[in-house]
Amino acid sequence: MDVRLQLSMVFHLDKCIGCHTCSVACKNIWTDRKGAEYMWWNNVETKPGTGYPTQWEDQQKYRGGWEVKGDSLKPRLAGRLGRLANIFFNPYLPSLDDYYEPWTYKYDDLFNAPAGDDQPTARPISMITKEPMNIEAGPNWDDDLSGSPVYARNDVNMSELTDEERESLFQLERMVFFYLPRICNHCLNPACVGVCPAGAIYKRGEDGIVLVSQEKCRGWRFCISGCPYKKVYYNWGTGKSEKCILCFPRVETGQAPACFHTCVGRIRYMGVLLYDGDRIEEVAKAPEEKLVLAQRSLILDPNDPEVVLAAKRKGIAEDLIAAAQKSPVYRFVKEWEVALPLHAEFRTLPMLFYVPPLLPVAASVESGSYDLSDGDFFGSVEKARVPVKYMACLFSAGDEEMVKGVLRKLMAVRAYKRYETVGDIDARRLSAIMQEAGCTMEVAEQIFRLTSLPRFKDRFVLPASHREQFVETVEDVSSHKGQIGVGFGFGTPAKRGL
Amino acid sequence: MIDLLLYGVFPYVAIVLAVVVSIWRFSTNQFSYSSLSSQFLEGRKLFWGSVPWHIGIGLLLIGHLIGVFLPASVRAFNGAPIRLYILEGTALALGLMALVGLIVLAARRMGDSRVRSVTTTMDALVLVLLLVQVLTGVGTALFYRWGSFWFVNTATPYLWSLATLSPKWDYMVSMPITVKLHALNFFVLVAIFPFSRLVHIVSAPLSYLWRPYQLVRWNLPMSRSLD
Repeated sequence: MDVRLQLSMVFHLDKCIGCHTCSVACKNIWTDRKGAEYMWWNNVETKPGTGYPTQWEDQQKYRGGWEVKGDSLKPRLAGRLGRLANIFFNPYLPSLDDYYEPWTYKYDDLFNAPAGDDQPTARPISMITKEPMNIEAGPNWDDDLSGSPVYARNDVNMSELTDEERESLFQLERMVFFYLPRICNHCLNPACVGVCPAGAIYKRGEDGIVLVSQEKCRGWRFCISGCPYKKVYYNWGTGKSEKCILCFPRVETGQAPACFHTCVGRIRYMGVLLYDGDRIEEVAKAPEEKLVLAQRSLILDPNDPEVVLAAKRKGIAEDLIAAAQKSPVYRFVKEWEVALPLHAEFRTLPMLFYVPPLLPVAASVESGSYDLSDGDFFGSVEKARVPVKYMACLFSAGDEEMVKGVLRKLMAVRAYKRYETVGDIDARRLSAIMQEAGCTMEVAEQIFRLTSLPRFKDRFVLPASHREQFVETVEDVSSHKGQIGVGFGFGTPAKRGL
Repeated sequence: MIDLLLYGVFPYVAIVLAVVVSIWRFSTNQFSYSSLSSQFLEGRKLFWGSVPWHIGIGLLLIGHLIGVFLPASVRAFNGAPIRLYILEGTALALGLMALVGLIVLAARRMGDSRVRSVTTTMDALVLVLLLVQVLTGVGTALFYRWGSFWFVNTATPYLWSLATLSPKWDYMVSMPITVKLHALNFFVLVAIFPFSRLVHIVSAPLSYLWRPYQLVRWNLPMSRSLD
């Protein structure tokens, strides 16, 4: 057992209101620069929809992620020689137009236009060419546009639905959408790392954050197509790849990443998970229908004395183990089994998990009256407006039973709270619901508390980064005693006057 | 006198510049060590330019190197006329392929407004120099047959004389102007190599062929045991 530590995330989609505050916080800190204008390390998409960049989930087009070939795991972009054969031109690279052309406005024209009969206008100009342009796409261009023939109709996940299910999503009464906020998944088996010819992308051993070394990156661009989530971006100004760094400068100083910290709906949770590094390859090769379960089995119980001992042997500090024991992510993912990875079939073992949303149940119009009741106050999973199959395509590699199980448990929590606070569900009915969902009242109470009433410290259990220990391994900590100056090898002895 | 400067002195200046500045740039500004790809901004024309260009010029470069380092093998190969024709025909085809690719690339760089916005003066200079190099090369192949035949008896000893620090520039003096220009322009390209996007040639990621897919970097030596 090779115990490793991973900074891991849960997004509770039932709580997401699609306000894009996370995206803007990230943009302001990290990507408000030349070459990065079009990048949204954090973005929020409307589902059903094509997302950003458009149709990123279509791996026929972009060849992201891994596939099992024979007995081995290979990037879908082809093996090592195939990669180098495409080095002069990457045929699967998304272009700027698959994202959008960044623009600003010629504000100066508002002030400098000569006197005339018409109001001056500020025309949009491209931030790349500085020439006037027509705005045809943006980072959230399909915001709330579920049911549209341009966006929802072209959602890749729709192809698995029956014609009837698909058409129902385009009827006015049944139209529905939810938000899917996305950041880098900081995968255990990252495809971006696997396809980088320069070896510039790496996973940090201590916390599992995946980073691009800007020094080593030579701009071969395979990571852009290799990441199935399209969360590595090409900076057209510097010719380097960039991606979400999980705000490591913030995390290392005990602050939650900017997108987490600013989340208005408080949908985001962060904590550490312990996992078994020896089994990564085996799990990534699991049969498609077992991928989610296999990934869950990789996560170790931080309260198991054997795991704790192995972790200590590996040099994982006690306070990190304690953080793992308090991790909200562990509870959602492993203990309650209500958080699922996005598109597990890409085989990158993403470490960002989603609690799928409980969408409104389908209404029926019977004998002229609009009817929502269905006998049950909350309706049933089978009658959810978004077909379970669609959810399964997103969150469980197509396994409908798994998604149903999660949704039933979330329903059970609601039934339990209604039983407790309103009292119009009788005890026998409640225990039937609980039994069906495989949930107990204690667990339902815990899920409720962490979902609805968590405090800051409950949502973000951030581990100490122990940078001080890293410094000790490379230099004598007292070597700069009595010096002033900036460090970096230029420390100068303290001296008065000139 | 001018030949001495151009073919006896300048090559050394160019090579020293290339080596010293390349190392200096790598050690002080590794970040810049690539050829700013513009595929993200424009892909279709790039395909028709980049692929023929790189394959054509790459194979021709390897061919020239074989002529320099294994002249005997080239002589032996050219022993039978049919093999000489095949070699020359292939080289000319590759030259034309590179030329077409380069023209597409140049037209794209000047014509596409997005690509133009990431183009520097140095990029334009590199394009012009490469165009001169390919044109003089193709011209030589067309008008001074058979290149692979006389290359090993003139250019090879000339280059070896440079390498052994006893430059015999008189090899170049009697050459036709096309060939002289081709040789001179080569050293100009060598000289600007470290200042331009050409440095991407030495960052070819061959080590990718044998490294494991996953890379993990530890700050702490994790083998450290607590018991």
